[in-house]
Amino acid sequence: MAMLNEYSGRNLPDYEFEAVKKVHFSPYADNGGSVIALAGDDFCIIAGDTRLSSGFSIYTREQQKLFPLSNTTVLGCSGCWCDTLTLTRILSARMQMYKHEHHKEMSTPAAAQMLSTMLYYKRFFPYYVSNMLAGLDENGKGCVYSYDPIGHCERSNYRAGGSAGALLQPLLDNQVGYKNQEGVDPTPLSQERALSIIKDVFISAAERDIYTGDGISIKIITKDGVKNESFSLRKD
Amino acid sequence: MSILAYNGGAIIAMKGKNCVAIAADRRFGIQGQTISCDFQKIFEMGPHLYLGLPGLSTDTQTVMERLRFRLNLYELKENRRIHPKTFSSMISNLLYEKRFGPYFVEPVVAGLDPVTFEPYICNMDLLGCLNVPVDFVVGGTCSEQLYGMCEALYEADLEPNDLFETISQALVNACDRDAMSGWGAIVHVIEKDKVTTRTVKTRMD
Repeated sequence: MAMLNEYSGRNLPDYEFEAVKKVHFSPYADNGGSVIALAGDDFCIIAGDTRLSSGFSIYTREQQKLFPLSNTTVLGCSGCWCDTLTLTRILSARMQMYKHEHHKEMSTPAAAQMLSTMLYYKRFFPYYVSNMLAGLDENGKGCVYSYDPIGHCERSNYRAGGSAGALLQPLLDNQVGYKNQEGVDPTPLSQERALSIIKDVFISAAERDIYTGDGISIKIITKDGVKNESFSLRKD
Repeated sequence: MSILAYNGGAIIAMKGKNCVAIAADRRFGIQGQTISCDFQKIFEMGPHLYLGLPGLSTDTQTVMERLRFRLNLYELKENRRIHPKTFSSMISNLLYEKRFGPYFVEPVVAGLDPVTFEPYICNMDLLGCLNVPVDFVVGGTCSEQLYGMCEALYEADLEPNDLFETISQALVNACDRDAMSGWGAIVHVIEKDKVTTRTVKTRMD
């Protein structure tokens, strides 16, 4: 018996014990949402849906995703909501610092460049946010800047982003950019047309994208300031 | 990466007033590399019956040939044209036979009933689950873009010419936002007494 005990090299307990467990944690969430921005000659319209969701559940049906940064600049965000909150807090702090240092409001192109730098600063732990900056440039012309999560920035006249970006962008190419249309003269975008296109495309997106719906909030940026509008979408 | 997105491609079908239209891009590629610009993804399976097979190209051709074989047997035995609805069940059955080793295609069927000339469209997933909507169906790598276009552009009861314009615009604009689709397009408009086939010029990049 003594020999047998000596022989068994390991002393295993005669009951089951718990193995080492790997605890999983992801610092990111996808809270959905879509944003569209259209620029005209003397105005800019940005619209975002008001649904905040995670997976198959809806957190709220009335979440504003548009953040006014100045009288001529509005930021639209979708993606990870916690990153949106952090990013917009830091952004508005830096807007205020700029105002106090330079005794003037930051222009939209300057804010656009700053946002790009701020996003790239977090290159290896990015803000998981799809940003869209809308406003008026130094000449009072409408401008739209769109970003990827790590700060690539592009100026354009129309852009769709967020969860329904893929559904909306080709439609804007066609209806605003007059792509693949022959024999039409590209008339400059009017405010009324821009507004009706935005409503139409959001209605279409809400049909197929479960992360987009409930309603949209619209901000119309002109030299006279920012005007708010809202529009309701399907709530299922 | 999904094997369904290995070759790329887009297909769309729409119902109109006493007509149906089916359209596809013409790209054959391997991931990002384009091989040819005249690849056939839509097949004529009868005078009023068209079948689109987006997905893995090798399965596109295999499934088409196996279906043509089954269709020939059916029509010889019954001595009449197949109904699109019956044909769809035939595809569904063929795909479900390979439930655990599927063909990587998501078929789209467009046709007119051979007796009543009632428009019919449907699509299914790669396992053969049927979906028969009243308006339009899409398939392929840019289905999101196609859904966005169709939801906005589609109207019920379009005449053949308007249907052609709608389906072409939907397809071409969607393909332009997908790197794996495009490089030319082909559109078939199927009416009671004629089928109009047009190739559409698109941007080639």
